[in-house]
Amino acid sequence: MAEHAVESAVEEGAKLNIHPMAQFEITPLFGDGAVHWYTPTNVTLWLGIAIVAIVLLMVLATRGRNVVPGRGQSIAELIYSFVRSMIVDITGEEGLKYFPYIMTLFLLILFTNVLGLLPASFTVMSHIAATAVLAMLVFTSVTLIGFYRNGPKFLKIFWVSEAPMALRPILALIEIISYFVRPVSHSIRLAGNMMAGHAVIKVFAGFAAVLAAGTPLGIGLLAPVGAIMAVFGLELLVVVIQAYVFTVLTCVYLNDALHPGH
Amino acid sequence: MASDTVEELAELAGAAEAPGMPQLDFATFPNQIFWLVLALVIIFFIVSKLILPRIGGVLEERHSMISDYISQAADFKTQAEQAEADYEAALAKARAEAQAIAAETKAEIQKELDKAVAKADAEISAKTAESAKAIAVIRESAVDNVRDVALATTGDIVAALMPSLSDDAAVKAAITARMKG
Repeated sequence: MAEHAVESAVEEGAKLNIHPMAQFEITPLFGDGAVHWYTPTNVTLWLGIAIVAIVLLMVLATRGRNVVPGRGQSIAELIYSFVRSMIVDITGEEGLKYFPYIMTLFLLILFTNVLGLLPASFTVMSHIAATAVLAMLVFTSVTLIGFYRNGPKFLKIFWVSEAPMALRPILALIEIISYFVRPVSHSIRLAGNMMAGHAVIKVFAGFAAVLAAGTPLGIGLLAPVGAIMAVFGLELLVVVIQAYVFTVLTCVYLNDALHPGH
Repeated sequence: MASDTVEELAELAGAAEAPGMPQLDFATFPNQIFWLVLALVIIFFIVSKLILPRIGGVLEERHSMISDYISQAADFKTQAEQAEADYEAALAKARAEAQAIAAETKAEIQKELDKAVAKADAEISAKTAESAKAIAVIRESAVDNVRDVALATTGDIVAALMPSLSDDAAVKAAITARMKG
């Protein structure tokens, strides 16, 4: 499909030709066939690169187990302590039981997001299918943990005991709706943020091509390139913050399961 | 320009791809979900078997090492304080001893001095007594001499002036009476 886009760009020549969404296409790595569930695609490639990067930073850089850490180990320790203190702050010490799960989520989202900023890369988390899987995993496991640990008492999170009795059924309804909307907002927030910024960069890149051809000495190139630089800086911030936000919300939901009741 | 572009772009996108957004191409969902779940499982194993035990161990080790060093430092501090207290005590003791020795020496010297003074006093009084005796002897002999001279002179004067009345015994008695008076 990427090849198609390139061909059509060549055919259309000088005509304004911007495909901001082409970067999100799922394409097979080998050949041009249909995308089956097992087909190795660019999703596979960039998830694989993310795993390699995680191993490089978190495993290889820490292989010395140095008491005085080097650069790589410092960053790995920083990520570890960051996620650990996040869990302890939000859920308390008992949340540490779920540290590996939350660390997995954070590392996967952080690394795929940052790698997605490389030119010509693919951002796994720009797809609602991917973020929905993560959000549903969180939603189901949090709900199961809630019932497993508290039994029927877990339902107390829907029953606002501070409110006047007359209001409680209405509030319970609202609480239930908001509970089931959680995975939707959880996943769309991440995918939407990833998609929007990347599409904007691509649009500016298309402008750059047109302005470079249409102005003397290609001077007009400077405006969109400057805009791309600014948006890229913003995006760097956004991808890290969204990984953080996703993880924080996971902790908040987990806290509801561990300590139900308002 | 911008709005034109956006419209045109929407058209182009619509023409190029049937759904417009690759995110809504449900045909790719099973593929994405499969690879994502696989990646999740792999990362979970790396995280739980390698990353967390290793970094947790390193941080734990560092923490215990730092607290060891801190307790060691506290030990050294108490040792130093103990040494200082010992030093102060030794200094105070030495000072007290020195004072005692000084006082003792002073007392001894005083004693010897007193003895020497007493001895000197005794010698002086002895010498004084001797001298007084000598002086008494001298004074007595002087009185005798005066008497002798007086006798001789008086006898001579009487013999010269009144040879007829020359009477040594009377002269002697008169002189002795005079000298007594």
